[in-house]
Amino acid sequence: MNALSILQSADLASLAWGGILFWLGLGFAGLLLQRSRSLVGLILPLGALGGLFMAGMGLSALLLPSSAIVLPIGLPDLPFHLRLDPLSGFFLILLGSASFGVTLYAWGYFKNLAAAPLALLTLWYHLFLAGMATVLLADDAYAFMVAWEVMALSSYFLVTTDHDIPDIRRAGFLYLLIAHVGAVSLLLCFGVLQGGHGAYTFDYMRHAEITPYWASVAFLLALFGFGAKAGLVPMHVWLPEAHPAAPSPVSALMSGVMLKTAIYGLLRVTFDLLSQQFGWWGTLTLGLGLITALYGVIFAAVQSDMKRLLAWSSIENIGIIVAAFGLTLIFYTDGKGALAALTMTALLYHAFNHAFFKGLLFIGTGSVLHATGERRMGHLGGLIRFMPWTAWLTLIGALAIAGLPPLNGFVSEWLLLQAFLLTPGLHQPYLNMVIPVAAASVALAAALAAYVMVKFFGVVFLGNPRDPSLHEAHEAGWRERLGMLWLAAGCVLLGLFPSWVIAWLAPVVQQLTGQTLINDAPSATSWLMLAPVSAQRASYAPLVFFAVVLVTLLLVFVWVRRVYHGRIRRADPWDCGYPEQDARMQDTAEGFGQPIRQIFESFMRVERERPDPFDRNPRYTSASLDKIWFIVYEPIAKLAGWLSNQAGRLQHGRIQWYLIYSFATLIFLLVFVTR
Amino acid sequence: MPLTYNLQVINLLAALLLLISFAMLSQRRIAGLITLFAWQGAALSASTAIVAWSTGQHHLYWSAGITLVLKVIAMPWFFYRLIKKLNVDRDVEPMINIPTTMLIGIALVIFAFNLALPISQMSGTVMRSTLGIAMATVLLAFLMMITRSKAIPQVIGFLAMENGLFFAATSATYGMPLVVEMGVALDVLVGVFVLGIFFFQIRETFDSLDLKHMEKLKER
Repeated sequence: MNALSILQSADLASLAWGGILFWLGLGFAGLLLQRSRSLVGLILPLGALGGLFMAGMGLSALLLPSSAIVLPIGLPDLPFHLRLDPLSGFFLILLGSASFGVTLYAWGYFKNLAAAPLALLTLWYHLFLAGMATVLLADDAYAFMVAWEVMALSSYFLVTTDHDIPDIRRAGFLYLLIAHVGAVSLLLCFGVLQGGHGAYTFDYMRHAEITPYWASVAFLLALFGFGAKAGLVPMHVWLPEAHPAAPSPVSALMSGVMLKTAIYGLLRVTFDLLSQQFGWWGTLTLGLGLITALYGVIFAAVQSDMKRLLAWSSIENIGIIVAAFGLTLIFYTDGKGALAALTMTALLYHAFNHAFFKGLLFIGTGSVLHATGERRMGHLGGLIRFMPWTAWLTLIGALAIAGLPPLNGFVSEWLLLQAFLLTPGLHQPYLNMVIPVAAASVALAAALAAYVMVKFFGVVFLGNPRDPSLHEAHEAGWRERLGMLWLAAGCVLLGLFPSWVIAWLAPVVQQLTGQTLINDAPSATSWLMLAPVSAQRASYAPLVFFAVVLVTLLLVFVWVRRVYHGRIRRADPWDCGYPEQDARMQDTAEGFGQPIRQIFESFMRVERERPDPFDRNPRYTSASLDKIWFIVYEPIAKLAGWLSNQAGRLQHGRIQWYLIYSFATLIFLLVFVTR
Repeated sequence: MPLTYNLQVINLLAALLLLISFAMLSQRRIAGLITLFAWQGAALSASTAIVAWSTGQHHLYWSAGITLVLKVIAMPWFFYRLIKKLNVDRDVEPMINIPTTMLIGIALVIFAFNLALPISQMSGTVMRSTLGIAMATVLLAFLMMITRSKAIPQVIGFLAMENGLFFAATSATYGMPLVVEMGVALDVLVGVFVLGIFFFQIRETFDSLDLKHMEKLKER
């Protein structure tokens, strides 16, 4: 407790701001030091330490009362307000701990980059980190929006690191466009929230008197704005474009951490800034979240580009988190505080887990990309032999995201499903009937996620190499491995000790829902056994489970080695009539996803190119495209183009016409004035 | 008594101004246009001087002097030289035929008088009744800019518009502060020189001063 009291006296918010300044300083130092490659190379590991520091700040914020500072920067009379409370603290831990691993990895990943591009990259990278941290700490709308924009712009430059490729420029533009549409919506949301007083600090907004109508407007604007950033269907289109375009560590940060800042914003606005909530908000977000989860996972299943697959899987996970958010709102407005606390715990837990396993998977693909230069799964395969570290660590991430015990993904999804099973106590009979369907959809999404991960891991790492050049694939360096180890360790530990994690989450859940999960006195076995509602109803003991799994594996291993192999007989196998088997005969990414594509074909637009029967060199291509793009975005784009063309007609090139425009305007204004 | 006498003279000059505006609208030759412009400047200068004399607003003498030097002497001389150098003193074919233009001009004058009625009632100057004429001059000059397709008449139209504005300022509020007027005069002078340089450039590029050659300067 001694260390804590020292921290308390030093004012946490200022310390956290110091961490942000440290990141900013590192970013600009990189720009100044670009003459010296060795010094620039030191910036990333220092940035990783900054991440650890921020995580520490967040951790102490969970234990200490919230602290606030006013910074002397910003516009005149509009200084920046920062505040570190448990909610900010939790997301700060997420940011710091995930970015620590990713930055360590990036240190190795970018080690062959020349000084000048590396300096630029570290600048945007640290601006991105600092922007995200400031978003989490901001305590007034101005600081929030400024940090939000810094985050959006720096990540835009990170996405377009390889800007000489047209597709990447296009992806970057799409990202920037949707980010700004979302930002405008947020700006309007804050405008509504201030309730006509013109005071934009969050403290005022908490006490602003808003009618239910305007509260709903603010909520919808926030849902749209943050949903655009989080990748909620139908605002998700940028995500499968931008994530694969960015360098892998950046994808890991964007998917693992940046999407969570949107979740943070949604929580902050809904549970903190708005003083009243309504049940239908919960129903709406629950529906949106479920649609997003299913849509994301279905598209993840049909992808053949590994990073795109992971991007779609991020959409799915965001969908699950948003569904948990909707369920929390439903419980909360129904007066079921304990259940709201349960779903909130599941939400935060899943957000944290996703940062770790999705970060791990993205940097895993980064190693593969580095080693083989290939993102298309159809050209990979069998990499576990050449890159055992990457493969095994990625396997941990894949198992975690698939929701298998004893890893972390299981815990959060299990908690969420527990909450779904407890809904029959709701006061609205209608919801009571619909929610089992929702629970089934979450279960379906989780199962399909496992399917996707089997596809991802199986096609990339197992089997035989589909390309002879893969035999030269090299293992990731020690720095990369260190980063992956950190994230994988997170996946394991978060899965093995859920009771402790939930205890740490308690202050955040308390702040948001007014209740916690820990209602009874901790018993001797509570760290071993996780029982969210009551031990009679459902409980989960990950360590015991893990031990059983280990023992079983060991027994099977020993049995196979000692007993089974003892009777082994070596002979030519029956080759099914195919004497020549090669790597091309393995199941492909497309083939693996085929059943899903068959079942859910109505969701997508499949473009196939079938070969002519008499073609000497037959080619078959098929692409599963996002239908929402064609239904929603293309008409909007066409309308915008048409309107611009109409406006372009004003331009004749004849000076007389321009003069007539001025003349008509003048006459119109004169008539208008005399009215 | 001298005030009403002076007012009569000012009204006469204002009417002259309007008449010259119409004459400019109907003038086909550029040299004639320049002469008319000089006369318009002279009328403006004279009326300003009379206002200054009759109301004792001494800074208006300066305005009158600047107008006389710039708009009656310097610019017409500059334009005469320009057309001689560029050799463009041919008939100007307006976009809309002249009778139609005149009819539109009459409509504009009616509109301007209508417009000026409530404003001149608020104004406290002796020559508030001429505000309508000032506005009509502005609109007619604008109309001239629209109907002409050659570069020099357009610039003259622009300057005539400035004359109208100047007259409006004098009649509504006894003119703008002297500093502002000096600034405007300088702007006009510089503008004319810049346009003069442009004329040479345009002619060098398109071999003509007809602005229809510039239509291809748009996108696509």
